[in-house]
Amino acid sequence: MNWLHKLLPPRIKRGEPGTRKGIPEGLWSKCPACEAVLYAADLETNLHVCPKCGHHGRLRARAWLDTLLDSEGRFEIGAEVLPVDPLKFKDSKRYVERLQGAREETREADALVVMQGSIRTLPLVLACFEFDFMGGSMGSVVGERLVRGVRVALEGQMSFVCITASGGARMQEGLFSLLQMAKTTAVLNELAAARLPFISVLTDPTMGGVSASFAMLGDIVIAEPGALIGFAGPRVIEQTVREKLPEGFQRSEFLLGKGAIDMIVDRRSLRERLAGLLTLLQRLPAPG
Amino acid sequence: MAPPKTPAKASFLDFEQPIAELIARIEELRFVQGDSAVDISEEIGRLEAKAQALTKEVYAKLTPWQIAQVARHPQRPYTLDYARHLFTDFVELHGDRAFADDPAIVGGMARFQGQPVVVIGHQKGRDTREKIQRNFGMPRPEGYRKALRLMRLAEKFGLPVLTFVDTPGAYPGIDAEERGQAEAIGRNLYVMSALKVPIVVTVIGEGGSGGALAIAVGDVVMMMQYATYAVISPEGCASILWKSAEKAPEAAEIMGITAARLKTLGLIDRIVPEPCGGAHRDHAAAAQSLRKALIEALRQVRDLAPAELVDRRSARLMGYGRFREQATA
Repeated sequence: MNWLHKLLPPRIKRGEPGTRKGIPEGLWSKCPACEAVLYAADLETNLHVCPKCGHHGRLRARAWLDTLLDSEGRFEIGAEVLPVDPLKFKDSKRYVERLQGAREETREADALVVMQGSIRTLPLVLACFEFDFMGGSMGSVVGERLVRGVRVALEGQMSFVCITASGGARMQEGLFSLLQMAKTTAVLNELAAARLPFISVLTDPTMGGVSASFAMLGDIVIAEPGALIGFAGPRVIEQTVREKLPEGFQRSEFLLGKGAIDMIVDRRSLRERLAGLLTLLQRLPAPG
Repeated sequence: MAPPKTPAKASFLDFEQPIAELIARIEELRFVQGDSAVDISEEIGRLEAKAQALTKEVYAKLTPWQIAQVARHPQRPYTLDYARHLFTDFVELHGDRAFADDPAIVGGMARFQGQPVVVIGHQKGRDTREKIQRNFGMPRPEGYRKALRLMRLAEKFGLPVLTFVDTPGAYPGIDAEERGQAEAIGRNLYVMSALKVPIVVTVIGEGGSGGALAIAVGDVVMMMQYATYAVISPEGCASILWKSAEKAPEAAEIMGITAARLKTLGLIDRIVPEPCGGAHRDHAAAAQSLRKALIEALRQVRDLAPAELVDRRSARLMGYGRFREQATA
């Protein structure tokens, strides 16, 4: 607390807020499913899948993009689209403050990151939800970025793939956010008319306004193991029906059994699987 | 003015208590009028005028939370009430052809001003038995899939679709999830956004979230004056953001759920006026007002070629949302 402290630029003083969540702080972390103690660096190279029990931890949007896309030729789409506060919304906190907080925590401007790139040289547009940004909630920016991503796919005759992780619509944008459901779903008609594939990958959790719009409408719908996927949240359902929910309710394996999704794919083989499916849908030779 | 016409016995909301008291006094006077020597009809007339003026006054400054109460009023006209007043030859069609017939959504064909149309709407129940039967207007996937089937029927035969929105939300139940509630809603949004016939949407009561939107994508979106339309119920919003459902009035205020607010925000096209004191006071008058609005809405879109209609609807949908744009480094 002296002259040296005052000299330091404020950014350094605050430390690194972006690393607080998502990335384990210490060298070791515990798997929430099997409680195995894991070396953090190992977990990271294993894409946050527990090497002991296969539990799929959450992956940040940019980590997803890094995991799936070839390292060359990536272009971000829609980064210029930024959130506003159309309702001057304020509960215990103002919406603009929540946005600010989320921005500092995640270093993202909103809950969806979209990139044009390729998977094993197959060109595509990949959209990834950032759950740490206000629960991956869908407001105007998420809707607009997704639409711009689809439009880029249309122009370049590319496939569109979306990795979801979202609690649903963003309440702070009121009806604007509800209508993003219609907007994001409607644009899929354009992909369909151009016979371009849309593959939807559902990760934990995919709920509410995101599951009840474009996410379940992929030409192929993939889920990660153990992901919570549904329309209403388990707590709301429990309160409504006043009974205990069955074991594994609304989990990927349950959805597969009910016929709601095509397959469950381990994250570590998703890139290969996507490449294979995209070549099949586009009548291309198998990826080499 | 005459007391409430449609419901046999009016029921009053909390904020209507002063009106309720006046009406009760009028009833009392009417009752004694028969065996009274004095002519009290003048007094009754005076009180009735006062009740009318008071109703007008109360309804002129309803808060969003009070409007939410009116939108859920147990005597409010439901889809089938409007259908009776608005249409001739209404034929209800049933079932999703896959699982069941969901009574929380009704649909069918009818004539509106002589022209064939397809009608789809949420349906709440009036008495306890019917409320349960209709699941309080909360559809399951089969309800949305029935609606979808009827929309495709409309498209095949070139009939305009009129939808009537009135639901607290899609049913959050175990069976609904098992049968793909999310997919059913999403599928409707997808098909409605590219349907090649005109769709005119009217929110007649509660426009509750995705469960409402699933039949509310259209070329003209209207709201009855005291209807609400929101991403989540005020109670739901309050319990999530304030951790207390008692903050619902605040949530109603801030979310912008009323027809007037949503019109200002550019999210709906038209507000349909309701009779003094709300649609529940006079179903016929409310329906008459809606009839006028529907005629005009249909006139706007009736002559558009299918491709033009779909382009126009798509452009509307793509225009939803508020954001800013900033060049990035």
